[in-house]
Amino acid sequence: MNRITIGMGSCGIAAGARRVQAAVERHLRQAGSETEVRITGCLGLCYREVLVELDGGALGRCLYGDVTPELVPALLDGHFQHGVAPVDRLIARGADLEAEHAYLATQHRRVLGRCGRIDPESLADARSYGAYRGLERALANASPAAVLAEVAASGLRGRGGAGFPTARKWQLARAAAGGDRYVVCNADEGDPGAFMDRNLLEGDPHAVLEGMILAAWAIGAGQGIVYVRDEYPLAVQRLHKATQQARAAGLLGRAILGSPLDFDVSVRRGAGAFVCGEETALIAALEGERGIPRRRPPFPVERGLWGKPTSINNVETYANVAWILDHGAEAFAQCGSDGNRGTKIFSLAGDVRRGGMVEVELGTTIRHIVQTIGGGSRSGRPIKAVQIGGPSGGCLPASLFDTSIDYEALRGTGAIMGSGGLVVLDDSACMVDVARYFVGFSQDESCGRCSACRVGTRRMQEILDRICSGHGKQGDLEQLESLADLVAASSTCGLGRSAPAPVLTTLRWFRAEYEAHIAEHRCPAGRCRDLVRYEIEAHVCDGCTRCAEQCSSSAISLLGAGIPMAIDSGRCSRCGGCREVCAFGAVLVR
Amino acid sequence: MPAREVPDSEVPAAWLEAIVLRHGDDLVALLQEIQKKYGFMPKDVLTTLAAQTGIALARIFGVATFYSSFSLTRRGRTIIRVCKGTACHVRGAARVTEAIAQRLAVAPGGTTEDLAFTLETVSCLGCCSLAPVMTVGSDTHGRLNRQRAIAVVEERADTAAGRTPQ
Repeated sequence: MNRITIGMGSCGIAAGARRVQAAVERHLRQAGSETEVRITGCLGLCYREVLVELDGGALGRCLYGDVTPELVPALLDGHFQHGVAPVDRLIARGADLEAEHAYLATQHRRVLGRCGRIDPESLADARSYGAYRGLERALANASPAAVLAEVAASGLRGRGGAGFPTARKWQLARAAAGGDRYVVCNADEGDPGAFMDRNLLEGDPHAVLEGMILAAWAIGAGQGIVYVRDEYPLAVQRLHKATQQARAAGLLGRAILGSPLDFDVSVRRGAGAFVCGEETALIAALEGERGIPRRRPPFPVERGLWGKPTSINNVETYANVAWILDHGAEAFAQCGSDGNRGTKIFSLAGDVRRGGMVEVELGTTIRHIVQTIGGGSRSGRPIKAVQIGGPSGGCLPASLFDTSIDYEALRGTGAIMGSGGLVVLDDSACMVDVARYFVGFSQDESCGRCSACRVGTRRMQEILDRICSGHGKQGDLEQLESLADLVAASSTCGLGRSAPAPVLTTLRWFRAEYEAHIAEHRCPAGRCRDLVRYEIEAHVCDGCTRCAEQCSSSAISLLGAGIPMAIDSGRCSRCGGCREVCAFGAVLVR
Repeated sequence: MPAREVPDSEVPAAWLEAIVLRHGDDLVALLQEIQKKYGFMPKDVLTTLAAQTGIALARIFGVATFYSSFSLTRRGRTIIRVCKGTACHVRGAARVTEAIAQRLAVAPGGTTEDLAFTLETVSCLGCCSLAPVMTVGSDTHGRLNRQRAIAVVEERADTAAGRTPQ
């Protein structure tokens, strides 16, 4: 039986997967074919979206990328009828596609094992790939204490960023006084540049639910809540579907799988506030209030939602728990290093050739992710840095790419593991601009409770704005450093305490770039608008006038077709539009 | 602008009662319902909610202004959200936003006079590999530059106006 599988994660859809699906269905209808069409989540090859897997005919199983609706008829007929695969679209061929492809084969795909394979909207499909197997065994044979012991033996640490041992959190919640307990899944993935949780929820929502049910069993909770970010409508939709299916199958509700466990999960959609990823702010949001963090202790495991013991874990952590109970703590701990067991999922983006979702063994190097998996820079320009850990993390220079990906080694560089955002920056990125971007982000998202964070980030932003516009002064860097220390030391929550990290890491590793802005009024990366000029290289310009037509500031004179163009620097707004449309690469930034 | 955003006859007391029954005093959930129904949170509906539930209007205002998905002003029929996540930022999201702002003659956060579009920026849509990205209504568009972004917006404007896009 022939089968067609279309990748329908948010990135696939953004690249046009729905239109491809419509084209597939139209083509099959016209051909009167009964071929099965199914959807799947993201396989992680976001750089080749739209992904379509065709299985059947002489070629067997093939994965195709960059599929467009226009290509569909030829692709389907070629594959199924003539046994011909277009070389430029073929990604991998064979029974085990993952082993066939460099991008996938150099990863350690474990938690992501079902993503991009199963239909995330089908419980039966997920179960045929092992979903709920660990839960079934645990509820039949293992006491809550035994489940806790298994998670403890695995050495799993929270994947949300801080790396707190999961089993210890659960023990504290279990030991806390107070009748009702809550299990909360933090899916408020707000770090810009991070989409691991979205991918898991869209690609394998049952893995997350299974982890939550296991947590409920271990700590004795009756109610679970998934708090999902407002910007992830597809994740919300698939979670809703998954909880309904799980309830209908007796995996949620009363006496789950015949055990004494009563537990149900509801899905709560966030209303848009980055700070709600902080656990006490998340609780405030769940209680219907402004998402303002409060001081800890008491920690949520003692006094959380509605004052009850609440264990809050990240999406990826729950998916890991499900894996551990299925495969055993020993298998889990075989990968990674002491104190850093298991794998970590990263979302690889930015100036990288192969960007997407990658899962690697803890203890591997940044270089492995960026070069071996990611294939180096997309532009062909040298890679300058990676930004790891979002607004709480930092920028690491290429000279540190042999740093091991583990919680402690990353902290030693001034960055953090974070939730898994990894943005690659080539030499066209300005580090002062990146620092300014993150401080601006933290400033925007500051809840305003602590003056150090509310005012301090604003002052830092003003200094960075000044430096980027060429008005930096001697002493600015020292003032930035002292403000950074103040904000880090005097804020209540993690958002404020870590907000200076992007500034401190760029100052530590890219100080010369700051100094060039201040002393020479020069942006070495050619990024900061006020410090650059756009010019047209006359001998490269073809005089096609395309740049002049799109220029909204009328800064490019129209002398006539065939005559090289020139930019009036006084009028130019430095928007870069001319550079985008130039087919000859004649527009230079100086 | 009419003096009242929602005429008296249309302030849905019964509907408010029903959502209060469902959500109690969980303000975030209540406001999400109101935002969903109206596309923003009309002042008259909020004052009625306060009167009906006894929740102080100040508290409602506090929650309503804390979260970015809530709006106190009327928004356009189509919401354009340009992602300004890290990956989009380094790949030119600011230029995309600027181009659309220029084309629609609104600043980010603003709504066009004919209420056709609201232009917003959003911290991250999580489609980083396709950066820069924006959503127009419920459609997501990736791999943008100034030209492509403007073309998408114009096509949407044409469709909404019943013109056939070229």
